[in-house]
Amino acid sequence: MGIIMLNVGKIKEGFVLDHIKAGESLSLYEKLSLEELDCTVAIIKNARSNKLGKKDILKVECDITELNLDVLAFIDHNITVNVIKDERIVDKKALILPKKIKNVIKCRNPRCITSIEQGLPHVFILADEEKEIYRCKYCEEKCDRFDQ
Amino acid sequence: MSPLDFTVEELDELFDLAEDIERNMGKYATSCLGKKLATCFYEPSTRTRLSFETAMLNLGGSVLGFSDAAASSAVKGESVSDTIRVISCFADICAMRHPKEGAPMVAADRSSIPVINAGDGGHQHPTQTLTDLLTIRSLKGRLSNFTIGLCGDLKFGRTVHSLIHALERYEGINFIFISPEELRVPDYIIDVLKERSIPYEEVIRLDDVMPQLDCLYMTRVQKERFFNEEDYVRLKDFYILNKEKMEQAKPEMMVLHPLPRVNEISVDVDDDPRAAYFKQVQYGVYVRMALILTLLDSVKEKGGKG
Repeated sequence: MGIIMLNVGKIKEGFVLDHIKAGESLSLYEKLSLEELDCTVAIIKNARSNKLGKKDILKVECDITELNLDVLAFIDHNITVNVIKDERIVDKKALILPKKIKNVIKCRNPRCITSIEQGLPHVFILADEEKEIYRCKYCEEKCDRFDQ
Repeated sequence: MSPLDFTVEELDELFDLAEDIERNMGKYATSCLGKKLATCFYEPSTRTRLSFETAMLNLGGSVLGFSDAAASSAVKGESVSDTIRVISCFADICAMRHPKEGAPMVAADRSSIPVINAGDGGHQHPTQTLTDLLTIRSLKGRLSNFTIGLCGDLKFGRTVHSLIHALERYEGINFIFISPEELRVPDYIIDVLKERSIPYEEVIRLDDVMPQLDCLYMTRVQKERFFNEEDYVRLKDFYILNKEKMEQAKPEMMVLHPLPRVNEISVDVDDDPRAAYFKQVQYGVYVRMALILTLLDSVKEKGGKG
């Protein structure tokens, strides 16, 4: 991983994740498991933004099928996803809250079966789309998306 | 499984079957001949376990299982997933009680046989709710258009919460919540009632509303739930049902209680024809029989264990 602050070159194929809330890019890097990809990743912190004042940007040079958009949508569906091919933006993806997420967040209810059962995935289901509420599949405990 | 996983129509079918079982027990005496129910109880609950076992025995099936985690492989550290895979090789259907929330769902996901949630911590106790609904339907003749009073600990009582959720789906239900301030129904339940314009009222004294009720669901008010002894002493009598309070009630009102009761219903109410809490236990057996039959039939329809 290389952290480049300025003059980041164009990528040939991959994604540019724009309008990330300033300071969130590193946690996004972890949650998207980008360390597992053997490709160029540029993390740009505190870039100037007309819309947000300050923002982070992630550039990922990878096969365009490799990024988990569901995880991204769960974390922040206001992020702009630009799909790059041959150094040009070919698509902008709208992020829709996923119906179900697996192993992105952990259930914090100490009475939940996930706290003791070995190898059990932490699954959350979108219970209320309007209020953006996710609940643990097993104990139905509400998860606060912004507290994870 | 929660009762809300069934549609109102599916619940009606289940209750029709339960009522047919009540009328013609003999007809079902060999329905589950050769079938085995495993009762996997990771925490003791003698009443629920015996109700399941009675249900299976009434259907001509047999039962096996354990009634305490200490008697199972859980003490050796076996996971729920592994236990249910093993049990699937022994039995045709399983009823599971577990102190951890969601454990029966983990079992159902991994299992090749149907798994019934017989209570998972403070989360769900769906067969109790089915029992409550069947009792009301059988004794009242309907699950709509009546006023139900829920009395006692409405904050922590999971049977009360599930019953409210289950009844929300029926027409013309009027809820009256009778509890001390400290043990009020949680806001998230009230929010749903408001959102759906379902009429409800919250009161502190049972006496104030007795004449309005068609059904009274009593629960225990535990002393340790109160902040101080003084409040407990001051309020406890408001939530004890006795002969005098029953005199104010409608002649056809029914009294329900998930049992065990301690002193919230005095024994002098037991002989009142409106006291339905022991009949409720009997309906618990019928509804569990209907559930076992329905689940085993659905397995048969799918062609084998599934």
